[in-house]
Amino acid sequence: MLSRRVIPCLDVASGRVVKGTRFVDLVDEGDPVELATRYAAEGADEIVYLDISAAPEGRGTLLGLVERTARTVFIPLTVGGGVRSVSEMRDVLRAGADKVSLNSAAVADPTLINRCAVRFGRQAVVVAIDAAREPAAGDSAAGDSAAGAPLRWTAYVRGGRERTELDAVAWAERAVELGAGELLITSIDRDGTGAGFDTELLRAITDRVGVPVIASGGAAGPADFVRAIREGGADAVLAASIFHRRIHAIGEVKAAMAAAGLVIRSTAGVAA
Amino acid sequence: MIRVAIADYGAGNLVSIARAIEVVGAQPLVIGDAEALRGADALVVPGVGAAAPAMDRLRRRGLVEPILAWIRAGRPVLGICLGLQLLFDGSDEDGAATLGLIPGRTVRLANAPTLPHIGWNTVDWVGHQPLFEGIEPGAAFYFVHSYVAMPDDPGVVIAESEHGSRFPVAIARANLLAVQFHPERSGADGLRLLANFTAIAAAATLDAPVTALA
Repeated sequence: MLSRRVIPCLDVASGRVVKGTRFVDLVDEGDPVELATRYAAEGADEIVYLDISAAPEGRGTLLGLVERTARTVFIPLTVGGGVRSVSEMRDVLRAGADKVSLNSAAVADPTLINRCAVRFGRQAVVVAIDAAREPAAGDSAAGDSAAGAPLRWTAYVRGGRERTELDAVAWAERAVELGAGELLITSIDRDGTGAGFDTELLRAITDRVGVPVIASGGAAGPADFVRAIREGGADAVLAASIFHRRIHAIGEVKAAMAAAGLVIRSTAGVAA
Repeated sequence: MIRVAIADYGAGNLVSIARAIEVVGAQPLVIGDAEALRGADALVVPGVGAAAPAMDRLRRRGLVEPILAWIRAGRPVLGICLGLQLLFDGSDEDGAATLGLIPGRTVRLANAPTLPHIGWNTVDWVGHQPLFEGIEPGAAFYFVHSYVAMPDDPGVVIAESEHGSRFPVAIARANLLAVQFHPERSGADGLRLLANFTAIAAAATLDAPVTALA
């Protein structure tokens, strides 16, 4: 049976792990390879690096980091942030990544998804979508389904700083048609808040696409991971701060998933 | 220390495979042409993506004939993911004709609830399989693929998994071994499988002196 995956996400900048709340207020949280190694030992099913500096001069640093990680950690590695072309994707794969996640560059030029999928196979192409509810949190309706209006989410780019005109759910469908093999869906409203994953956003997307969906943004405790899968239909769940700050261990999350009847990969040291 | 050639034809993650081969005590040789293959004891054919561009790149690097000759000589090979699929006659993914060493075709995975099939799935093998020596039955390995090779002869299948339907995930025919999952990304069990492959290759190398292969 195929397991539901638990994926620690490491936001990296200049070769270090950083984490902020709602994409700002960055705090240094350690060495990526050290953290990735710890997570692999604790039962992580995959590692995601998101290069949030994504400055052109930082590419060498990122590629070096990817290679050091691939040589040390024998579980899958997905790398995102700042990949704008087929050749940049090739460089990241050759450095040792298994998958590359595309975000702003795919919005700017959706054909990039297709060109990367043709060159490397769709299984290597993850499209990351940062989505926020409409009307934006803080407005009177506050994204509450009880208000009666159908729920809508808008895609944002540039690390959540720039609003697009794209409906996030429609963009998810389009990305899959273009060749995305997996979607990484982050709720900007929930990211770093501990308010739980946006299961309505996840469900809206998982009902419409046939590729695996990774839930991101808002995990506070093991029960949130179970809900993202049960209610949101996610295949995998991703989190950062709760793992980095040792608020919850990966084993704890997997134990809660197993207790809820979900199939997980049990590893040494992970209660199943 | 046995030398394991890894065919480099321009795509995918060779860093992990080379490092994993090193970790299990063999010497990895990333080879981009036929000449470099001469010094090897075993061959790994990796690969991700679609069959047609992969075959094009193998041809451009002059690697098709040397790989065919290597396998026909009965020397040890491990195909990984697309490297397994390329051993068959052809692929439905893009209609490509592939190496044709094992009768059968690569077809889209039937009845899959999600595609690509991405993640850790349990692998079931039957009886004693040297490739899975020391690995707990039902261990999970990491997959990323949408297509699967279906051999005409079910006798070459040594392991299966399930994702909507059951499908072959490992094949063996003498020293020709191949897996649909990625051992180099499958943690400790994956490393054990690679160690088993290098042990099988080392034994085969002892059995077949180089003079017999000229």
